[in-house]
Parts: sequence; structure tokens; C-alpha cells
Amino acid sequence: MSMSTTPLTPEIVSHEGNAMVLSMGPQHPSTHGVLQIMLEIEGETVLKAEPEIGYLHTGIEKTAENLFWSQAQTVIERMDYLAPSSNAFCYVLAVERLLGLTDRIPERAQHIRVLNAELTRIASHCVWLGTHGIDLGAISVFFYCFDLRENILDLQEAAGGARMHPNYLRVGGVNGDLPDGYLAKLDALIAKFPARMRELRGLLQANPIFQDRTIDVGYLSIDDALAWNVTGPSLRGSGVAYDVRKAFPYSGYDRYDFDVPTRSEGDAYARFLVRLDEMEESMRIVEQARRRLDVPGPVMIDDTKVAAPPKETIALSMEALIHHFKIVSEGFRVPPGDVYQAVESPRGELAYYVVSTGENRPYRVRTRPPSMYNLQALKGIAPGNLIADLVVMIGSLDPVFGEVDR
Amino acid sequence: MEVSPGHFLLARLDDVARWAQSSSVWPLTMGLACCAIEMMTVTSSEYDIARLGSEVFRSSPRQADLMIVSGRVAQKMAPVVKRLYDQMADPKWVISMGACASSGGVFDNYAVVQGIDTIVPVDVYVPGCPPTPDGLLYAVNLIQQQIREGGRGGILARS
Repeated sequence: MSMSTTPLTPEIVSHEGNAMVLSMGPQHPSTHGVLQIMLEIEGETVLKAEPEIGYLHTGIEKTAENLFWSQAQTVIERMDYLAPSSNAFCYVLAVERLLGLTDRIPERAQHIRVLNAELTRIASHCVWLGTHGIDLGAISVFFYCFDLRENILDLQEAAGGARMHPNYLRVGGVNGDLPDGYLAKLDALIAKFPARMRELRGLLQANPIFQDRTIDVGYLSIDDALAWNVTGPSLRGSGVAYDVRKAFPYSGYDRYDFDVPTRSEGDAYARFLVRLDEMEESMRIVEQARRRLDVPGPVMIDDTKVAAPPKETIALSMEALIHHFKIVSEGFRVPPGDVYQAVESPRGELAYYVVSTGENRPYRVRTRPPSMYNLQALKGIAPGNLIADLVVMIGSLDPVFGEVDR
Repeated sequence: MEVSPGHFLLARLDDVARWAQSSSVWPLTMGLACCAIEMMTVTSSEYDIARLGSEVFRSSPRQADLMIVSGRVAQKMAPVVKRLYDQMADPKWVISMGACASSGGVFDNYAVVQGIDTIVPVDVYVPGCPPTPDGLLYAVNLIQQQIREGGRGGILARS
């Protein structure tokens, strides 16, 4: 195997004057993972920045083609590892549309899914804010953020059994009702949240050093953002109020009352403010979902062709035993067809284009990862800025490389 | 070690050196995938790896003692991981964190290295997908134990 890892393209190498080529990454503390950026610099000024991706290529889409529909969800959750539930959410919605089950998902399951998605968004933004702070030298923010994230992971662990990849959402609903004590923990989190947000804002928002580092840095115009297909908070920081939850509501989002925070400045500080506002909006949705969860009800669809029958019926009913065996051993079949399903992940429009040929495995699961498109905008906004500001720009675009490379 | 009545501390030089070395195992800042987030979490106040003297994540391999391979290693990343390991100064240790780094995990395919031990020597494997931060703390504890017992890599290793 060749040890040379970086294809230096002729256009990067052919430079004039005092320019030099610098490789930043793939092991670099502020590239948020395994990003390599080939920089052409003159002094401290960036002339050209070329993101080199693929250092985390995991072959997830190909692997998913060899797994049952339900098993594929396991690897798909590991794409955007800051928001595993968003990946699962989008995938199960897509499969349910192919199965024609969208209208039959129990109410309570939909509320739990929305609750999960919004908690995940807050947890994901916590990691973003903590690491963004560290990049700029504000280390204490990290501890506050990760403390909040820990509370959310505790909830995920209680519901799904695992901290990061709970695989709690399933085609047809969610895997089991919320456990005892979950809602009490959730209430405690809801009560704690406003004061914690005030602390986070107090640490950074009016901090002159933070403002100096982010205001007017990494300016992304509306036209550029749209041309690069940027979505999510990075787009809303440039003044476009596009949010999949509002534009193409799914799972009952149209029945929730929330705003889409937007800023028009288009710099790193605007994107920072948008994400902070978004955390508060997410908590509003969480509170509404929490109130709806007081009503008990089923959390899994009553269709033994898709969902395994309840465990307690297996010893009593021959049909239940057969259905359980078939679903475990050969999965369920999905009618032929294709579907494009998008959700608003913490990073933007996350979508799966799923193709079925009628088998018990997906024929193709094509991902539209928001980070990948957002990251490409770096090429446009980096030139003319200092190397130190490049760190701010990467952080403000919030890429996750499991999703970029997948 | 024993403390005598006259406030002397008697110890073998070996023990003091190993104690000092095992209490300052500095990891390399190298986040790969999901496990990297849990690797960051061990530095948070809830888990606080500073209790073990390992909170100093070094960005330069020259200053690091411990490489935590945190996540799946893609074929494209493998030469980079190997080079980083080679750049670390002796003595050095490796923790293979999570199922992917240890065996390829759920990704049994063309893109992922099926176990980081095919590239670099591994001292401790941590199971889980991803492992809990407690799991990683225990792994660092095991590394410290290895050093105190004069295991592989320590400055006074029993060859």
C-alpha cells in the first residue's frame, strides 16, 4: 500500500511569488475530526483552501445494502455521531413511506420521536459549542456544555439502553415505552435548562475576545450559501429561514409551536447566535412534547408484518411465534419503489434517498449529508482570511466527518 | 515505600520513577469517529480524567505518551495513524477504543481496517460501541498498572 496520502493536485502546487502549500490535518485539534485542508498561504493569509475529505470513509451506504431493513439502521445511526437519533429518524420515516405506514404510526411514538430528535439537537449543539469555545481558547464553556449533554445522554441511555447509539427508533414506532422515572428526569432537565443557557450566553455572547474572533469572520453571503447548497444553522445565519421542519413538516412538527431563528449578518458570530437560539427553540418543542406524553398509548404499530408481536404473546399464540420468528430471521419486505425523505438534523437538511426492489434489504440508501455541503462552502469563505480565522470558520460550519465521509 | 519515624521516605528509585511515569500519561489529540466524542467526555467534569493525570491532551505526537485510537480507521487514515505512532517518542502506549478500532466492529467491509492491531501494537482494548467513558478510564488505569508493574514500554521495563 502506498504511504503517500495526499494527492497534491497540480493547481494547488502551481503557485507564484511567496506562496507556500501547507497541509492542515488530518490530525489537527481544530479540524473537528479527520479533515485535511490543503492551504496555499502567503505569510499568514490564506490564498486558497481545498478540503480533502475521505479519511473516515466507512462504506456505510454499501454495508447497508447487505443488511435487513432494520439492521441497516444500526450502521446508519453511526453516520452523524453527534445526532444518531436524527439519522435513525430520517431513515425510519423513509422506510415507513415506502411501506405506506406513515399515517398509522401511533401518536405517542411520534411525540417520543420528536422529543428524541430535539434532545439530540441540543446535545449536538452542546458538543459544537464546547469545541468551538476550546478552539478559541474559552475552555470553561466545554465543561458547562458537556454537563448539559450528559443529562441528555442519561435520558437516551434510560430509553434506548445506550448513551450514544441507542437505536431506539424503529420502523413502525419506537422500541418500548419510556421507562419509569424518565419523565421525572426530563422535567429536571427542563427546569435546569434556562439557567444553564444563561450561563452559556454569559460566557461567550458578550465576551469581547469571542466577538473579536467571530464578528465579520467567515462571511457567507445569501447567494453563496444557496449556490453551495448550505443548509441548517449555517444557512439561517446568512438570512434564509429555511427549515425542513417548517417547509416539509414530518412526524407532526406542524402541530408544534416554535420559531426558526435567523440572522442576516452571515458571519461566524451570526451562526453562533442562531445555534444558541435554536437550542432554546428545541427546548420549547421538548416542553410541548413532554406535555403530550402524559397521555398513555401504544408506541409501536399494530402490524405483525413489520413489528414483532409483544414478547408476552409469543408463548400463547402460534401466529405470534411465527411472526416473531420470521421478522427476526428474515426481516420484513418493502414494496418496490423509491423515496426521498428529508429531516432537519442539527446540521441542516439530512435526507435519505431509499430504493427498494421488493427485497428484505435496501437496494440503495443514498445519503444527503448536510455537513458535506456545508463544508464545501469553506472553499469560498476562506481565501483572504488569516489561518487563525480558518479555525473559527470550520467550527462555525460544524461539520461531522462520520457524515461527510460516511 | 515506607515512611520512617524521622520523616524519611524510603523507596526504590524504580518505584518512584514508575509512579511518576504512570501518573502523567499524556494522550495524543487524535479523534477519529464516534468514540472521539466519548474520549472528549472523559475530560468533562462528570468523569474528570485529570484525576489520573491524563487530562493533558497533546496535539503533537512528540509530546504524547498514549495514543487512543478512538473509532473506525478507514483505509485512507491507516497510514496516518501509523505515522503518528511512529512519530511518538518512546515509551508509548496504545489503547484501542471501541469495537471498530479493535476489530472493525459492525463495518466488515472494504473501507475499514479490521482491527488497528494490524498496524500498531495495542496494549489495552476497550469493548463497546462506543465504550462508556468509564470504560476508557478503566483502560487508562490498566495502562498505569502496566507501567507500575514494569510492563512493556515503561522506562524501566522488564524486557
